[in-house]
Amino acid sequence: MKTETKKKVKKMLACMMVATTLVMTATGCSQKEAGTVSTDGSTSMEKVIGALGEAFEGQNSDVTFTYNPTGSGSGIQAVKEGRCDIGLSSRDLKEEEIADGLKATVLAYDGIAVIVNPENPVADLDMDTISKIYTGEITNWKDVGGQDAEIVLIGREAGSGTRDGFESITKTEDSCQYRQELTSTGDVITAVSQNPAAIGYASLASVNEQVQTVRVNGVEPTEDSIKDGSYVIQRPFILVTKEDTPLSDTAQKFFDFATSVEAAQFISAAGAVSVH
Amino acid sequence: MMGCRKQAVETVVHGIFLLLGLITVGCVLLITAYLVVSGIPAIREIGLVAFLLGDTWASTAAEPSFGILPFILTSVYGTAGAIFFGVPIGFMTAVYLAKMAPPKIKTVVEAAVSLLAGIPSVVYGLVGMLVLVPGIRVLFHVPDGASLLAAIIVLAIMILPSIIKVSVTALEAVPPEYEDASLALGATPIETYFKVSVPAAKSGIAAAVVLGVGRAIGEAMAVIMVSGNVANMPSLFQSVRFLTTAVASEMSYASPESLQRQALFSIALVLYLFILLINAALNFFLKRSKEG
Repeated sequence: MKTETKKKVKKMLACMMVATTLVMTATGCSQKEAGTVSTDGSTSMEKVIGALGEAFEGQNSDVTFTYNPTGSGSGIQAVKEGRCDIGLSSRDLKEEEIADGLKATVLAYDGIAVIVNPENPVADLDMDTISKIYTGEITNWKDVGGQDAEIVLIGREAGSGTRDGFESITKTEDSCQYRQELTSTGDVITAVSQNPAAIGYASLASVNEQVQTVRVNGVEPTEDSIKDGSYVIQRPFILVTKEDTPLSDTAQKFFDFATSVEAAQFISAAGAVSVH
Repeated sequence: MMGCRKQAVETVVHGIFLLLGLITVGCVLLITAYLVVSGIPAIREIGLVAFLLGDTWASTAAEPSFGILPFILTSVYGTAGAIFFGVPIGFMTAVYLAKMAPPKIKTVVEAAVSLLAGIPSVVYGLVGMLVLVPGIRVLFHVPDGASLLAAIIVLAIMILPSIIKVSVTALEAVPPEYEDASLALGATPIETYFKVSVPAAKSGIAAAVVLGVGRAIGEAMAVIMVSGNVANMPSLFQSVRFLTTAVASEMSYASPESLQRQALFSIALVLYLFILLINAALNFFLKRSKEG
């Protein structure tokens, strides 16, 4: 009877092994793709490029799309060295990078709105004042035309693309005196809506009526003012390619898709302002 | 023949149960090994003393700094504060439920306690963010209510169910003869509960407190929403970051292979060691309460 048990166990084990092998071959197969698109660069573009990649894979089932979040500088370097198809940068290319034969195509704009509590009478701030508020040089609302109340700075956690964008545009990197560092746009908006003395920042697409956006240098943040560049807390999301080397067929197909009018809906859904 | 088949079925079923039992053990071993392997490199690179006793955390700055003393102190203070508020309330509730409450009230309160235990931590966080944080701001006239105090209050409420339930069980297990004897000697019921029942159940009550400590130190979701999350040294009305929230808030954006990410694993390892200590204490008290 012992042998019978052993046989049974052996049978079960054999079945399991066959099953696992089958699963493994199945997953192995799907990796041999007709084409791949590799992108590398800006961590801030994660949402936008993720949405585009997903949509592209959905339309072309035999394509693998990869995104390596390394940062704009590394992405530009990677495309220059041919380690990826398309580089992603959330800043304009420098002159020497263009001289190196790199080409920039603007995919979208990232507009960051500065938000305050609806009870706050301050509606207009210039860039310099915003920097001073965030670095702790100005600490009371009465100094910028508001009520006598200590300014409460709400921001995002280290590594967040919105924080990175806001701090690099306002030139306040590593020197913001945050009172709260929250982990999502929704939390920032809720925190600002709960405190009359709070100021925060969030992607324009996520701002709702719970909070009030502030005019920066007199310009209201809207899709139009971001596109024409008059609203200054914004930065481009750029696809970086090589001027002289053509993209692979699949990568070109993705490039065309990402810059098409059709892709605009995915870009807006991901919180950025499409160029279309 | 029948016997043979029965025996075979027995063996197979036994094997299946053994396998299922080993899954738990396997998970614990896997997590421990993974945490140690991924937590050690950053500590080596930063240096154990600089990591544990450094008072500045600036993981993405141009010149990064990885000191987690603010997180350790915040977790310790936060947990101590939660115990300070939660234990008296929980303990008194448990004494009332186990010894004094009329059956009807007992049913209602116990149902409420169970419900409190079942509320997801994100809901605690949300209510804290919308009610407690603005409340603290108005009540104490501070610029912003997101603070260590807010986290302590949320944690104190969250640990109530475990403290109450375990204490009630311990108090109910006290042999009625003890209490009868005390009453027969002329002690009032209140004297009896506090001088006879509670001392007899003290190991179980200690276990309840330790369980509360474990729950408080491991909580992340509710705390992240009310504590403000800035890596300051802890102070009651200051925005603070706990060990748990330090890992949770930066993990999603830390790039792979970076020192920042490795340091986050090291924080998780430190937290894990804390939990191990707490569990060892819990086992000690539970064992004592069984023997006693």
